[in-house]
Amino acid sequence: MDQFTLNLLIVGASFALYVGIAVWARAGTTAEFYAAGQGVGPVVNGMATAADWMSAASFISMAGLIAFGGYNNSTFLMGWTGGYVLLALLLAPYLRKFGKFTVPEFIGDRFYSKSARLVAVVCLLVISITYVIGQMVGVGVTFARFLEVSATTGLYIGSALVFIYAVLGGMKGITYTQVAQYIVLIIAYTIPALFISLSLTGNFLPQLGLVGGYAPGGGDVAFMAKLDQVVTELGFTAYTAQTTNMLNMFLVTMSLMIGTAGLPHVIIRFFTVPRVSDARISAGWALVFIALLYTVAPAVGSMARLNLTTTFWPNAIEGNALDGPAITRAAIDSEPRLEWIRNWEETGLLVMEDKNGDGQIQYFNEPAPLAAANTALAAARKALTDAMSAAGVATEGVDLASPAAVTVGGAANADLQALQAAYTGALAARDAALAEATIGGQTLAERGWVGNELTTVNNDIMVLANPEIANLPGWVIALVAAGALAAALSTAAGLLLAISSAISHDLIKGALNPNISEKGELLWARISMALAIALATWLGINPPGFAAQVVALAFGLAAATLFPALMMGIFSKRVTKEGAIVGMLVGLVSTALYIFMYLGWFFVPGTNWLPNTPDAFWFGISPAGFGPVGALLNVVAAYAVSMITKAPPREVVDLVESIRVPRGAGAAQAH
Amino acid sequence: MATPASTSARPAREASANAYWSANIRLIAFCLAIWFAVSFGLGILLRPALSGIMIGGVDLGFWFAQQGSIYTFIALIFFYAARMNRIDREHGVEE
Repeated sequence: MDQFTLNLLIVGASFALYVGIAVWARAGTTAEFYAAGQGVGPVVNGMATAADWMSAASFISMAGLIAFGGYNNSTFLMGWTGGYVLLALLLAPYLRKFGKFTVPEFIGDRFYSKSARLVAVVCLLVISITYVIGQMVGVGVTFARFLEVSATTGLYIGSALVFIYAVLGGMKGITYTQVAQYIVLIIAYTIPALFISLSLTGNFLPQLGLVGGYAPGGGDVAFMAKLDQVVTELGFTAYTAQTTNMLNMFLVTMSLMIGTAGLPHVIIRFFTVPRVSDARISAGWALVFIALLYTVAPAVGSMARLNLTTTFWPNAIEGNALDGPAITRAAIDSEPRLEWIRNWEETGLLVMEDKNGDGQIQYFNEPAPLAAANTALAAARKALTDAMSAAGVATEGVDLASPAAVTVGGAANADLQALQAAYTGALAARDAALAEATIGGQTLAERGWVGNELTTVNNDIMVLANPEIANLPGWVIALVAAGALAAALSTAAGLLLAISSAISHDLIKGALNPNISEKGELLWARISMALAIALATWLGINPPGFAAQVVALAFGLAAATLFPALMMGIFSKRVTKEGAIVGMLVGLVSTALYIFMYLGWFFVPGTNWLPNTPDAFWFGISPAGFGPVGALLNVVAAYAVSMITKAPPREVVDLVESIRVPRGAGAAQAH
Repeated sequence: MATPASTSARPAREASANAYWSANIRLIAFCLAIWFAVSFGLGILLRPALSGIMIGGVDLGFWFAQQGSIYTFIALIFFYAARMNRIDREHGVEE
């Protein structure tokens, strides 16, 4: 059976399973549609939360981010898990005791204000819609790579599937589908990791392999020491080195933690358990299931990095990379074990260019002056060849430095001569840089290298190509495809539910038509869900150019708006509606402004005030690290305004006292 | 609450509720101190100072940043949930 048929079979079987669950778990009431009837056990909810939380980014991209960022990108590992401690201790049990269906509903009731509820709806929509774009793009990319359909067709298939189980089953359907999706994605992630860990470290468990010895070298050298040695030999930063600003690393981690705890689609999962004590323990189970992937990811990242490097420098497997030759283009084109390189080269996610024409592919890190000189040379070369083409001069097979290159109609062209002078100047500067730059104690001029020849390695390859690199059977590759789709679809469904319940429950029932019947609201919940899916599909097909940057926005805004508002609502009886509204707006505006200042107004390229570089950052804080600062501004503003406004009414104080104790959670359901 | 409330019932109930809440706050503060210490402390701020201590093939700070803090987070949540169940019962506010 060929790989395509296998992919189709396994992905098809997983889809059939999700549809089967959807038919079985239809929602009949709004309580089932919004909160699965509050009858989901804590372990099952933990598993569903794990799938809800682990997105296309966690499954496909995170290991690659760690592979190329090393220790610096530990921020993702700590940030995306530490938030669950905050959820379990500070939010989940109290919001479950509150016993209603949406995050804005709590903010509206606690701050006795429809305006506060609407501000929360705006924050929720901005956060969840930006977040859902990435999931839809992930679905399209996975379909395109494994199922030989266009990304757009893949997106339609994925959306149709989410439509079936989310519109039919609401939270109830989504919950049980997420459980199935978790099982698919965790098996798909773990199996290749076990084999790679076994081959590189002799240890079956990736978590132990990470701290174990390097097996092909005899096991005396630690795996991590080997990785550090190989990458530094080739001019890269040591894998375990910290090269970013410590304050910024601290703040980015904090932003991801607080942001995680403030994400509405995660919080609403804790509305589905029967009791307050279940909400606490369920956060623990969620983290157990998340940790099964998150403690494996750093092993996958580091091992894939070493595998990639030793593939290009075969001598590095047992000794020093530079003691032997680089891999040859001929070997890549012919050897069966390197078929994965050819597969990924076709997708454009991996690009090689034999710049010095020696038949080998030298993969190394260009020292900064050389990289700058190479960039300048490429620009000068392009300017010259573009002008030559425009003037009708052939560019192929012509020495660009020769008089023939600038001769138009038998005479030398002055414009072309100027561009040629710029080109030869850049060439001389590059050659000077080659004579200066050293790798392994020899200058690049002596080595005959002109630049790094593995020009593109997309982060996402690290997970998706793992089974091929490790030579695992075809069904494992198919399983990885199904796992990536499960990760993206489960998160998309959770986000879509958060979006649609904010529309039907907070906007329609809460503001526009409070007297709507139970049946009418359920119908509107389904209509909002369908509209949300249509919007998400459209955004997935036409992703705004800033799709990658909006993740910083989603976490930063969740950290600066919803999390502080929820916490103050639970832990303070004094914060007033005016305080909460001003606080949320201050958090929203300050964080959005800081991000837009460096990434462009509404992410329009070129409209940024300041360059997006560490030198220009305020105290070195990157846009992704501003969330905690925004949260602090939110809290300070909220308390300051609360002190000068009338204290909350008695019934609000009673509400706060009631959510602080678990007793009576069952009764709160009836409303 | 079928029995009629005596004149002192409300203050007594409030005192009990306050005791319950401050026990909860103390437990939260303790857990968050550990949460902070393993991730921001050992994993980031103290890493340079502790680089000499190895866990297998990696230094202590690196291990806490990529493995140890996650295990500690799990333990913390289960510890908090178990202790809170006990505190709920001691103050008679369990479900």
